[in-house]
Amino acid sequence: MLSRTADHLYWMSRYIERAESLARLVDAHYRMSMLPHSGDTLTESLRATMKALHVFEAYGERHEAVDPRKVFEFLSLDREYSGSIFSCLRAARENARAVRGSLTSELWVTLNSTWLDARDFSAHREPHADIGQFVEWVKERSHLTRGVTIGTMLRDEAFHFTRIGAFLERADSTARILTAHQNDLQPGADAVSVPDPYQWSVLLRALSAFEIYRRVYRDVITPFKVAQLLILRDDMPRSLLRCCKEVYQNLKAVSNQQSAETLRRAGEMHASLYFTRMEDIMALGVPVFLEQFLARSRDLGDRIASDFLVPPAEA
Amino acid sequence: MANSPYNEMYLGSGAARSHYQRYAQWLANQPAQRLAQKRAEADVLFHRVGITFAVYGQEEGAERLIPFDIVPRVLPLDEWIRLEAGLKQRVRALNAFIHDIYHDQQILKAGVIPAEQVLCNSQYRPEMQGVDVPGGIYAHIAGIDIVRDDAGEFRVLEDNLRVPSGVSYMLENRKMMMRLFPELFSAHRIAPVDHYPDVLLENLRSVAPTGVADPTVVLLTAGAHNSAYFEHAFLAQQMGIELVEGQDLFVRDEAVFMRTTQGPQRVDVIYRRIDDDFLDPLVFRPDSMLGVPGLLASYRAGRITIANAIGTGIADDKSIYPYVPDMIRFYLGQAPIIANVHTWMLRRQGDQDYVLAHLPELVVKEVHGAGGYGMLIGPAATKDEIEMFRAQILATPERYIAQPTLALSTCPTFAGSGLAPRHIDLRPFVLSGREVSIVPGGLTRVALREGSLVVNSSQGGGTKDTWVLET
Repeated sequence: MLSRTADHLYWMSRYIERAESLARLVDAHYRMSMLPHSGDTLTESLRATMKALHVFEAYGERHEAVDPRKVFEFLSLDREYSGSIFSCLRAARENARAVRGSLTSELWVTLNSTWLDARDFSAHREPHADIGQFVEWVKERSHLTRGVTIGTMLRDEAFHFTRIGAFLERADSTARILTAHQNDLQPGADAVSVPDPYQWSVLLRALSAFEIYRRVYRDVITPFKVAQLLILRDDMPRSLLRCCKEVYQNLKAVSNQQSAETLRRAGEMHASLYFTRMEDIMALGVPVFLEQFLARSRDLGDRIASDFLVPPAEA
Repeated sequence: MANSPYNEMYLGSGAARSHYQRYAQWLANQPAQRLAQKRAEADVLFHRVGITFAVYGQEEGAERLIPFDIVPRVLPLDEWIRLEAGLKQRVRALNAFIHDIYHDQQILKAGVIPAEQVLCNSQYRPEMQGVDVPGGIYAHIAGIDIVRDDAGEFRVLEDNLRVPSGVSYMLENRKMMMRLFPELFSAHRIAPVDHYPDVLLENLRSVAPTGVADPTVVLLTAGAHNSAYFEHAFLAQQMGIELVEGQDLFVRDEAVFMRTTQGPQRVDVIYRRIDDDFLDPLVFRPDSMLGVPGLLASYRAGRITIANAIGTGIADDKSIYPYVPDMIRFYLGQAPIIANVHTWMLRRQGDQDYVLAHLPELVVKEVHGAGGYGMLIGPAATKDEIEMFRAQILATPERYIAQPTLALSTCPTFAGSGLAPRHIDLRPFVLSGREVSIVPGGLTRVALREGSLVVNSSQGGGTKDTWVLET
């Protein structure tokens, strides 16, 4: 398939996944905002999350203090900010439009309709329309997009690049959300202070992991168990291990003459998570581990781009 | 406009023409509310599917719909058989003409067409002189615009031999009609059109460079911001071929390759949807980013087929149009089956005198204009507009032709409160490769404004489904 086509598919998929991740974060914090006395915890969590996502600066250029309503608005519907859900949906649709011939009609119509509806919502909504409804809808549209992708696409290169984009983005998102709460994950943190249970339940909800946590651990929520769930559980759909496994498998399916080293690194990332114990990560320090992970995932993204998506001029 | 236009559906008495009878009966029985609801449904569906054309400088997703009218244009079989024969004949002659012009120029030597009108025409491409193309076919895809005059006769208004568009609307309109009114399709025997992409692909494969057993065909687009992008993406998808942009292709040792995730892959046939001027920055416009450097060299070496060929514009130029009936006689030795519209060439003194004396009645067209621009419609023009054209004609008469204002036939169309007659034309798509073939019907375009004769989508035109009845 054309490199340019693969590039558009990869980004289309990343943007949809990113829109969903943001929607999950806004949704979880929005719920938290309805609890009494959530004030400081909420603003603190929003600040840390925005910092981990590298969007705090852009927020600061537009608004002064961290005001939950403004943050929700900014992350969801800011038309000017390229990192908002609104902009991600637009970017996903534009990438899809550039290669609509490589998508199934169902997938194209799903992405196009999502964008048209988001645009209508943003243009015609009431001044204080419920942001919770919007992010809920974004999640649903992302679920639908994923379902249509899996349910209608031929398992060819187009499909694999779509999956690679989605899982790299998802791994990135999970790692960043954990990073936002890294204070509770410092070595020995559990001995020093009692973590705020609300913050950690928000985090779990943002990753559809709250019920799973209960089911797996049948225990109170502790940061290190949460980290274990989100880093090392192979059966947890948003865990780093799971995402790395999917990236590796999809990458293997599209490998070409120059991609051996990239594939090796993807395999190494997967294998090292697979054979690591939580104790090892804790000994290294979870924050350090997350930082290394994000660097490796960025490197992998760059390598995929140069091997497949934008090959040198006279290949 | 002396006579009243030919109404495609109704006779002067108000009764439906025989091929429209069943439809007219059905239409009379439809509650207005149902039809209104179906029209709204069609609009929503076209938006969701993104059957739109891009409008420059607007927000993404602000692409406009080409208005779709739910009343079909119906052609009886006998009329279609004659049209089909006439179209095939015309396109054969046009291809013969282009081949002749870029080889021996016999038609010029025989004095049928003045040589300077061809050789001094900006559409003549000297780069093509002596270049052999597979099968001698230049216009692989031709869109021939047909109108019906007040006497009920079909005439060719214009030949489109460069990058004719609109076929996707023909296909999507049919799909939409079948979805909205399935009952009509069981009540009529309507010739299918959905096999067009298969015929097109087969046609493109049949003109691959000699010796290529299993040719790779691609569709070359200017990209997602081009106004016809939907059609490019649609056709590529329907044919299962890659939709490429200039940046996806490169030329090495006179062979054309595309950049894929598995490395370079050879390309044999390019169905291009960009103009000659943008194809190869080394030869044509150096500032063009849309094309492929070295493409022309590969083409001249016979390593790649480009469809339509470079240089077809010489045959669909409006200054050449008046000679097409002569081409048919010259190359095929046949009488033209479909006539031209009478055309005055303003470079001829006698024609010019007549036209200048009758401007308010005539249509004047710029010979290189397209899309309904650069055109004077006498009866609808103001005095100032007429005087402006008069001055332009006197300054550069060779840039203009004139035609009588045709009373284009009308078809009932939804407008505001209800049905009203609106002027229509027809663009059938003629495919030439190993054989010449046409999918029955074509794209019917309709001028939605009352009294308007301009059917172009860029100027408020809409489209209709076109039925050829098999019985």
